[in-house]
Amino acid sequence: MTVFGLAIKSLRNRRFGAALTVLSIALGVMLLLGVERIRSEVRASFASTISGTDLIVGARSGPVQLLLYSVFRLGDPTQSIAFATYEALARHPRVAWTIPLSLGDSHRGYRLLGTTHAYFEHFRYARERGLELEAGRLFDDAFDAVLGAEVAAKLGYRVGDRIIIAHGAGEVSLVEHADKPFRVAGILRRTGTPVDRTVHVQLSGIEAMHEDFQGSGRAKEQDSLPARTRGKAPEAHAAAPTAQAAAPERHATEPEKISAFLVGLKARSAAPAMLRAINEYPDEPLSAIMPAVALQELWQLVGVAETALRVVSVFVLAVCLAGMLTALLSSIEERRREMAVLRSVGARPGQVFGLIVGEAACITLAGAALGLVLLYVLQIAAQNLLAAHLGLFVPLAWPGWQELAALAAVCAAGILIGVVPGVRVYRYSLADGMTIRI
Amino acid sequence: MTDPASGQARATGATPDPEGRREPIVELERLRFCWHAGAAPVLEIETLRVERGERVFIEGPSGSGKSTLLSLLAGVIVPQQGTLQVSGARLDAMSGSARDRHRADHIGYIFQLFNLIPYLSMIENVTLPCRFSARREAHARARSGTAQAEALRLLAHLGMGDSGLRARPVTGLSVGQQQRVAAARALIGGPSLVIADEPTSSLDAAHREAFLQLLFRECTQAGSTLVFVSHDCSLATLFGRTLHLSAINRAWRCDAGAGIGSAS
Repeated sequence: MTVFGLAIKSLRNRRFGAALTVLSIALGVMLLLGVERIRSEVRASFASTISGTDLIVGARSGPVQLLLYSVFRLGDPTQSIAFATYEALARHPRVAWTIPLSLGDSHRGYRLLGTTHAYFEHFRYARERGLELEAGRLFDDAFDAVLGAEVAAKLGYRVGDRIIIAHGAGEVSLVEHADKPFRVAGILRRTGTPVDRTVHVQLSGIEAMHEDFQGSGRAKEQDSLPARTRGKAPEAHAAAPTAQAAAPERHATEPEKISAFLVGLKARSAAPAMLRAINEYPDEPLSAIMPAVALQELWQLVGVAETALRVVSVFVLAVCLAGMLTALLSSIEERRREMAVLRSVGARPGQVFGLIVGEAACITLAGAALGLVLLYVLQIAAQNLLAAHLGLFVPLAWPGWQELAALAAVCAAGILIGVVPGVRVYRYSLADGMTIRI
Repeated sequence: MTDPASGQARATGATPDPEGRREPIVELERLRFCWHAGAAPVLEIETLRVERGERVFIEGPSGSGKSTLLSLLAGVIVPQQGTLQVSGARLDAMSGSARDRHRADHIGYIFQLFNLIPYLSMIENVTLPCRFSARREAHARARSGTAQAEALRLLAHLGMGDSGLRARPVTGLSVGQQQRVAAARALIGGPSLVIADEPTSSLDAAHREAFLQLLFRECTQAGSTLVFVSHDCSLATLFGRTLHLSAINRAWRCDAGAGIGSAS
């Protein structure tokens, strides 16, 4: 305790330099933990989004691409599959449920997803959680829309409002289905998945919306063609809280094509066999993927970048710790007399060593603690930003085991670094004896 | 103050044995020390005895082994040969940590310069030995109630009692003031041996003598023996006994010696 008290007092005496070292270590720790937290949160959030799905089926394409556009609303489907194919596979004896997905349109930057009630019934995220309505009801009309939580919150929609869908996925579009406004039937509870950023309508709604559009001859296909155009979007919604009265003409058309569909199997063990069967489907070239496998492939793709980020943050921290080493080492020479004084009053060489290591430990511990605090402060400050731009809801959780292990490693590294000047002082204290003549 | 005629210890609370000798505080015999095995010895002393209450002035030119002798007396290093007894303990036969404990309990040390720990207050500097020695802490308490009170008492005796002075950081004190604080630290808890390594070399003549008188007085009051090392022979007259290290150290090759234990 004697030595620790001295270490604290010594640090207080050099508080400016020590505070700078603590701050630099804190920033390094914050960076390391922050990168790790976002990385694991991205993975967890991706994995949770597809937790209930056994297979994803789409037109022949790469697994990662299929996964990204079907589940994460990233990128666009290049081709579509026949609705007849979907129906045939949906009737397969091993299949428990299917969710058809039709993509390609958008509303003010948010993707439009044509689907059926099966989506709300079977889609699972975060292991076993199903989709729930925050307000309103599910769609039962071709021009009903169910909004994800973020769409409603960001655009300020309430049940009953009307929205106009644009063709293509861009945030601004000249080609709008302004004559076919949709009515907000329901708003989903927040999930922390891409569902929050999706406008859900019935497949028949997409068909109906495109009917006139097709008729005008401005497009050839009604399915997922990404016709990105540039221009200023006119006010896309008209507030009409009592929309029931003004319902447009309904078309209960069955679609010819869809973009992809999600499959739930009666037994997950059947997935490989089913995968083969779909990939060798005779009537149409299809791709079936197991989401977890495709996700692994995705992580392998982005793994290099992740590793690079992690390596950079570890190096930053190493530089900060090296800064502490430099500061400690440079102070050693001028502190040889101090050590001799301590020795003269009976301090053992081990205690003198402990003083220096103790100082390093205090600096590192303070740096690690401050880094953790800064991480939480930054997280609170950036939470909305992350949610809005990346759809990442990084929860304010207690540090996980991995993070604690990382912090412990940082502290251990700091203490270990303190051993270098500590050993030096130890040697000095033995060699100098009672006479320092520098 | 001095007793130049005898060249021996002044009777300061120590009772002589039937042969007229007092209890030895330092006693070494056939001592031989070299820094590395196989290297030439830097110190070879046949015999040296300092008795309780003595004020011994050890003089010698650079390289005569003064620093080595002080380190040996403090128990920081041990001789390769011979016996070395300080305050009743055989330092040459003790472990490193036992010697550290012994030093904490029995020895007060004053350096030539830079005696004070810059990040401790004046009182904390003075009470520092009590942090490492329960014995000295107990002694200080027995005397003044607490170590802090004893520090204040010693500082007041040494002319450092002014509260404005005490509030100052120790780095803001003059050299003379710093040396007085160092003396208080060496004396707190009544160590049996006070070792002073040229503590007056940075002081002018007037301050030097005043400091020494203070030191003598406090050593007498504390019952501490004083071993004072310097190359400034003019101070020797103030001490009870002068040792010319170049004469008693057989390892010292230069022929510069005077007699052993010659009275000043």
